[in-house]
Amino acid sequence: MAVEHSTGTAAPAPGDQTRIHNIGYRKYDGPRLGRAYARRSLYSQSLRGSYGLGRSVKSKVLPMLLFVVMCVPAAIMVAVAVATKANALPVDYTRYAIIMQAVISLYVASQAPQSVSRDLRFKTVPLYFSRPIETADYVRAKFAALASALFILTAGPLLLLYVGALLAKLDFADQTKGFAQGLVSVALLSLLFAGIGLVIASFTPRRGFGIAAVIAVLTITYGAVSTLQAIADAQGSGDAVPWIGLFSPITIIDGVQSAFLGATSASPSGVGPSTAEGVVYVVVALGLIAASYGLLMRRYKKVGL
Amino acid sequence: MIATESLSKRFPRVTALDRLSVDVGPGVTGLVGANGAGKSTLIKILLGLSPATEGRAEVLGLDVATKGGAIRERVGYMPEHDCLPPDVSATEFVVHMARMSGLPPTAARERTADTLRHVGLYEERYRPIGGYSTGMKQRVKLAQALVHDPQLVLLDEPTNGLDPVGRDEMLGLIRRIHTDFGISVLVTSHLLGELERTCDHVVVIDGGKLLRSSSTTDFTQITTTLAIEVTDTDEHPDGTRAVREALHARGVSVEDGSGLPGAGHVLLLTAQGEETYDVVRDVIADLGLGLVRMEQRRHHISEVFTSTDEREQRKEAVGHGG
Repeated sequence: MAVEHSTGTAAPAPGDQTRIHNIGYRKYDGPRLGRAYARRSLYSQSLRGSYGLGRSVKSKVLPMLLFVVMCVPAAIMVAVAVATKANALPVDYTRYAIIMQAVISLYVASQAPQSVSRDLRFKTVPLYFSRPIETADYVRAKFAALASALFILTAGPLLLLYVGALLAKLDFADQTKGFAQGLVSVALLSLLFAGIGLVIASFTPRRGFGIAAVIAVLTITYGAVSTLQAIADAQGSGDAVPWIGLFSPITIIDGVQSAFLGATSASPSGVGPSTAEGVVYVVVALGLIAASYGLLMRRYKKVGL
Repeated sequence: MIATESLSKRFPRVTALDRLSVDVGPGVTGLVGANGAGKSTLIKILLGLSPATEGRAEVLGLDVATKGGAIRERVGYMPEHDCLPPDVSATEFVVHMARMSGLPPTAARERTADTLRHVGLYEERYRPIGGYSTGMKQRVKLAQALVHDPQLVLLDEPTNGLDPVGRDEMLGLIRRIHTDFGISVLVTSHLLGELERTCDHVVVIDGGKLLRSSSTTDFTQITTTLAIEVTDTDEHPDGTRAVREALHARGVSVEDGSGLPGAGHVLLLTAQGEETYDVVRDVIADLGLGLVRMEQRRHHISEVFTSTDEREQRKEAVGHGG
């Protein structure tokens, strides 16, 4: 009976093994992990995508290159510090991102549109929203992914500096404190830049426009602010310098860290905002991050299906 | 599967849905309406993405207003427009979409391979989507709607942009979604004719209002139309005319099959029952003609509409039909 049954249904005829059998449609009754899992999946896919992982070779080039460019100066500084047995690193942890801001801006400009403009351009967004996730999940996943990618970009070289400093047997407590301050500063920077970049990118389905717009916003504001600060400083109205600094993302970060994170200001006068002014900086920074989130939510409520 | 109760959706300037009450059971259901009839608005509401102005709707027994997430987990959606990124392969894309539906990574991969095979994508699934033909893209769009094994799929104009062969293949696939996969289907189209062949049930809406909801068999099995084609002989150089006259003499009314291929050589007559077939056979045999074909023709749904009172109105609604 059993033999008959098996020959009748399943056993392939000899020499027939190479044929592809249509095994028919199989139902899925495994777990469905729901909304939070979908949000995490979107986060990890977007984060990987920010470094070109899981995408074409071509799209890996720029983000990887920028990451290397970010790290090379840190590596050189470490090498110099170790070789010359210096008693301090050439730059503060908090200053590093300010020096490298052009690279960071370039990274935001290239990856923010990559993250959101593609979904808009190819109208993939409705496919996301026809699944368990909601607008807020999409926005949070994308925001968190780009902020994380930026944090990797900016904290990576700091880690290199820190490890190098310890190898050069610099003071452990000092270095750890500086490193921690640097991490807080770049975390804030990552959130701020990710928010600004995503808001701009989410308004254009064209990647090229997105890239240009993000670069324009980041560099023009910085150029204008630092010029005005220099003029104000030269004309003796130094009081205005901290207030002008509120109008560009990177000078906001600079202000926050020179008020609270022990950094020396990179502004022309070299004088950072006072503690009271620093509070304003923090409020503005957090306000901008919140505003970016709000704008993204509004934007995606409309895009929907 | 789907039930709406005086569902309305008003935008500041237009009323997209106007007190629509409709009940959709399992099987393949066609949603027909001209462009702008409210089909897409209805789908958005059914997915819980757009709140209704008034009335209520349930999908799989879940209220769309409160259980949107649960509905979207069990429902698949294939949009009308292009929605595929060109620089990733079908496999990568569908795996990602499966995970977005909540499938664990391994299950997502297995289901993607299965589903792409079922929609008819084989080796090409590893190539970037940008190089696909329209027909292949439609298959990928369908695959992403099926990958999480939903209980119901909403297909928005799946045959749009396809050539006749592609259309037939897509319609066959839609039929199989129900018969082989056991998934119910709501498919929209502005072409009534193609839904007639595919659907068990057709819902016609126009201007956000329900025009008609009934099963396809109701539409088409009221009467049977026979199409007859005969040969000519020396004795009867116009065999078609001879048959028509002979049938007429025996009290069977006959129409020309105008508008059909081979018009002028095809006769249409209404079969009242078994006897009609016998009459036709005898008439043709008596005349000594050859019978090329005698086949049952199903009515097109549009013909059913045009024979009702609201002829003009419905003709407008299904203007592209048939």
